[in-house]
Amino acid sequence: MDFQLSDDQRALRAGVRELLAGRFGRDRMRAALDAGTGVDRALWRELGEAGFFALRLPEAEGGVGLGLPEAVLLFEEAGRSLLPGPLIATHLAAGPVKGAAQGEAVVAVLDAGQPVAHLGEADALLVLGPGDGRGVPEESATVREAATVREAADPVRSIDPFTPLWRVAEPAEAGEPLPRDGRLRTEGALLAAAEQLGSAARTTEMAVQHAGAREQFGAPIGSFQAVKHLCAGMLVRAELARCAVYAAAVTADPVEIAGAKLLADDAAVRNARDCLQVHGGMGFTWESDVHLHLKRAWLRSGQWLTAAAAEEVLAGNLC
Amino acid sequence: MDLAYTEEEQEFRARLRAWLATVLPALPAKPAPDDWPGRRAYDTAWQRALYDAGYAGLHWPVDAGGRGATPTQHLIFLEETERAGAPYVGANFVGLLHAGPTIAAEGTAEQRARWLPPVLRGDEIWCQGFSEPEAGSDLAALRTRAVRDGDHYVVSGSKIWTSHAEVADWCELLVRTDPAAPRHRGISWLAMEMDAPGVTVRPLRTLAGSTEFAEMFLDEVRVPVSHRVGAENDGWRVTMVTLSFERGTAFVGEVVACRRTLAALAAEARRNGRWDDPVLRRGLGRLNAEFRALWRLTQWNVSEAQRAGSGGVPGTGGSVFKLRYSHARQELYEAAAEVLGADSADLDREWALDRLSSLSYTIAAGTSQIQRNIVAERILGLPKGR
Repeated sequence: MDFQLSDDQRALRAGVRELLAGRFGRDRMRAALDAGTGVDRALWRELGEAGFFALRLPEAEGGVGLGLPEAVLLFEEAGRSLLPGPLIATHLAAGPVKGAAQGEAVVAVLDAGQPVAHLGEADALLVLGPGDGRGVPEESATVREAATVREAADPVRSIDPFTPLWRVAEPAEAGEPLPRDGRLRTEGALLAAAEQLGSAARTTEMAVQHAGAREQFGAPIGSFQAVKHLCAGMLVRAELARCAVYAAAVTADPVEIAGAKLLADDAAVRNARDCLQVHGGMGFTWESDVHLHLKRAWLRSGQWLTAAAAEEVLAGNLC
Repeated sequence: MDLAYTEEEQEFRARLRAWLATVLPALPAKPAPDDWPGRRAYDTAWQRALYDAGYAGLHWPVDAGGRGATPTQHLIFLEETERAGAPYVGANFVGLLHAGPTIAAEGTAEQRARWLPPVLRGDEIWCQGFSEPEAGSDLAALRTRAVRDGDHYVVSGSKIWTSHAEVADWCELLVRTDPAAPRHRGISWLAMEMDAPGVTVRPLRTLAGSTEFAEMFLDEVRVPVSHRVGAENDGWRVTMVTLSFERGTAFVGEVVACRRTLAALAAEARRNGRWDDPVLRRGLGRLNAEFRALWRLTQWNVSEAQRAGSGGVPGTGGSVFKLRYSHARQELYEAAAEVLGADSADLDREWALDRLSSLSYTIAAGTSQIQRNIVAERILGLPKGR
């Protein structure tokens, strides 16, 4: 047993962090926010070239040939940097959907009853079957053209400025069946959990940095136990979620993935809340990045596998 | 990231499992909670059995008489003994997990030869005299005085929360040898014989009704200078050498036990119909996620210690674990009370006493508040303050 990152995994994580810092650092992130452009097609292609979408495709099919453990490291970094766009759906569609692997196509996801994120910018839609996340084969997932769905969809004023949402009617006609069905929802839940983990770790850093710099009563506020203990609690949540997410990536077990999603959702949302609190009045401003983490964390909590569904999966596993 | 055990680790597990299957059926019945001589005999007999089979001091270095096992082997040992229902470390706790390793790391050759073998064989029991009525979380405030008188120290003061004091042979004692020095620099580590004149033990009753620990009054107890481990006034460092390094294995058995309890709670809820309550059912599901993750965190910490090699790693990962685990354990037994319903008021029902004893987990071995200070200051680098 060696449940630690390998040297290759560390290098991969460092490489992605460097790529995202260079291509989607804070200034670019804020500029994208102000411009209101959702998916940056040029960046999307760069992510494709870097192997973000083709990571788990076999090398014979033009992929990188890596597995879920490497994928969660990538998506953790995406979550840290607030990288927008339907990254998970496009990653899952790499292979079956033409152009997804290279970042030429933007693929969004349609999960019945949920608003569709980035429908306006998507080329194709991954339509999830009504699987229950317990590992039983979902009814065949399908792929549809985004344009036809968009015709009968209404834009929603999204709570997350980086994630445009569309309300769609129930899909009337079936699309093209997807060969990789059965695992889409659980893999999507795992990758969303990885994004939540990245966000939770990042808000911990933001809170610690602010608590060390901001002075009141003649001392850094991080020297006061009331603030210090909030920060410690954030680290504990993030680190427990980290172990849950990494282990679920290694085992790919649906029950373990449900646990990882549950804990990572909790860590991302509660850490963003505590980060906001540590930032005081600044945390309530548009200028601060804290709200961007919180809003995205809220959205992701409702996607792929909700807390209620995850808890039922985990309860069912006890009997 | 590899969760699979190596062939060598699997062989170790298989051998241990086979041995446990032969030895456990022959064990005598467990003694009553307040039968201290009976508990000592039971715990030391188990330690002797481990010794004879080559499992004593598994995690101790070989030159101290231990087996020099890897952190992963130690994890497997704790996991398997818990699964098989083997006795706990019990009265051997302080000797095996703190006093022994401290002597192994800091003692002279004579001290190691005198004190280590009896711990491994289960011949001698140690207790811990650290906390005092006025020195709890702030341990360095301890006041018990040791005044030099020729080749002895004369020790006076009082200690508290000392487990197994009634049946211990030795006490690892922290005393103040230089009241004028800065508080961390005037402390020494002594091995005190529990039957020395002037030692009085008064059992303390816990809120669970049993006497799990004691107060200890020391009235001019004479301790030979040769029983001091480490240099005079260097006792704080001597103590922390062992306390601050860990292998991630401190709660392995307990997490295994909690997961078994959780499954039993689900089975009981199914039996009595409370499973149909979605709030209760989902709460058990959430606890499943919690304890699964705590097991993975254990494997993470053990792997980290294994990579660090002998001695382990600074015990900050342990603080992260303990903060979450102690809270999760209390939630587990709150869930048990909900599953039991009105029966949770019956102390003879399973889990009722465990619910009471779980209350100590956020206090013992460093309160959650102290643990958060440690995490914030030593891991996150936040400034010290009040």
